[in-house]
Amino acid sequence: MAMLEVKDLEVHYGVIKAIKGVSFEVNEGEVVSLIGANGAGKTTILHAVSGLLPKSKGSITFEGTDITKVPAHKIVSLGMAHVPEGRRVFAQLSVLENLKLGAYTRNDKKEMESTLKMIYESFPRLEERKNQTAGTLSGGEQQMLAMGRALMSHPKLILMDEPSMGLSPIFVEEIFNIIKKISSQGTTVLLVEQNAKKALSIADRAYVLETGNITLSGDANVLMNDESVKKAYLGE
Amino acid sequence: MSFWNYLINGLSLGSVYAIIALGYTMVYGIAKMLNFAHGDVIMVGGFVIYTIMNGAGLNPLLAVLISIVACTVLGVVIEKVAYKPLRKATPLAVLITAIGVSYLLQNVALLIFGSDAKLFTSVVNMTPISLADGQIVITGETQITIIACIIIMIALSLFIKKTKAGQAMLAVSEDKDAAELMGINVNGTISLTFAIGSGLAAVAGALLCSAYPTLTPYTGSMPGIKAFVAAVFGGIGSIPGAFIGGILLGIIENLSKAYISSQMADAIVFSVLIIVLLVKPTGLLGKKYSEKV
Repeated sequence: MAMLEVKDLEVHYGVIKAIKGVSFEVNEGEVVSLIGANGAGKTTILHAVSGLLPKSKGSITFEGTDITKVPAHKIVSLGMAHVPEGRRVFAQLSVLENLKLGAYTRNDKKEMESTLKMIYESFPRLEERKNQTAGTLSGGEQQMLAMGRALMSHPKLILMDEPSMGLSPIFVEEIFNIIKKISSQGTTVLLVEQNAKKALSIADRAYVLETGNITLSGDANVLMNDESVKKAYLGE
Repeated sequence: MSFWNYLINGLSLGSVYAIIALGYTMVYGIAKMLNFAHGDVIMVGGFVIYTIMNGAGLNPLLAVLISIVACTVLGVVIEKVAYKPLRKATPLAVLITAIGVSYLLQNVALLIFGSDAKLFTSVVNMTPISLADGQIVITGETQITIIACIIIMIALSLFIKKTKAGQAMLAVSEDKDAAELMGINVNGTISLTFAIGSGLAAVAGALLCSAYPTLTPYTGSMPGIKAFVAAVFGGIGSIPGAFIGGILLGIIENLSKAYISSQMADAIVFSVLIIVLLVKPTGLLGKKYSEKV
């Protein structure tokens, strides 16, 4: 059974149907990418999965539990974390306070400390700046903080929304290396990206999204060589 | 010497404003709404104490504690019934609802207690302190009010800085969705904020009515507005701002009454607010931070 199963998902914004019956799944240990143009509905799908948006139809199952109607704050403790688009770090709080909020649902103090240590190892910059206000970090550092914050909940599945958006090429490279590392440490990843080339290069499988529908899916390296994908998303 | 008396009385009045303003500013910071019914919760608190002390003859401290519990529950109920359904509505709709709740509380009190002023028995039983051969007198009410304000201010700051619930409040005040993604129950956090704010309003009601012992259904309305001014003056959303704004406002009001004109005192208070907002639109301690993208 898949770790995350989304079936016939429909999401409305008022009367507008933004997601028109989408089904996909993520298996344990995989990196799965959702790619598609601006406005295709990628972010909406992630918001629906993590409980921030109500679903008008369909179901979402996480590790066998139906989470279609579970509120976002209860989904976190089931083992799903969401790194939102645009980072959304708490700008007025310090880096350390942000990270601690990431572990809000956890009560195991000792293990939390070791998670924090691990995160500092993956993101040495965060340790250097732990007492700095998050709003003063650069975009790339804020992205690292948002990822570190999500990892603090010790998730089994991590959803990432446009982690490379607005970052310099060096940071983009670094962020994708970190995603690979997170995956290799045993966390399952569902990645939404406009940077299709990068996303496909680290993904096991991918889904192509067009105006609220999945139009194509398959192994990432197969999609990378698909003529229509190349033309529409890879700029070749 | 009378200057010092005016100053100390101003400090005491300012402490009451500060306690009310803390509730205003916390609710604004977290729910992003102006709870205009906040002042009327003070009045409800006053009537609860009045009823208990005169009706049941319980001791004042117990009456204050019951009043705190009653107002805390009232605050949470108001939020659940009147404001929560409007979480996604326009700010104007919420504001009008808050004014409606304010009138509702006043008129319910009017129905139950009538419009004539009740004489409130002070809940404070402490000997006044005389200084400088009796030229400066600090009443028991003044002492308790100032001490209560300082304790509340320190406790609240520690609560927000040091506890998980306090950090959750800060997270919710910055970004509700992101807070939700951390596993924070945003609705629960908003309820908690209303509970704390309304509990503080009850304390303010007890102190205010003890110092100015007449109680009517409109008792809370003017102090409520003044405390709102204090919160804006200090920088709405900022806890130290509410504290400083409240204290300064009380002192300015009392000194204006003493040295300029007691009729003009309120006009002077509001003029000071206008001047501060012209010079520094975010209030004394309100900050406008820029976020790097």
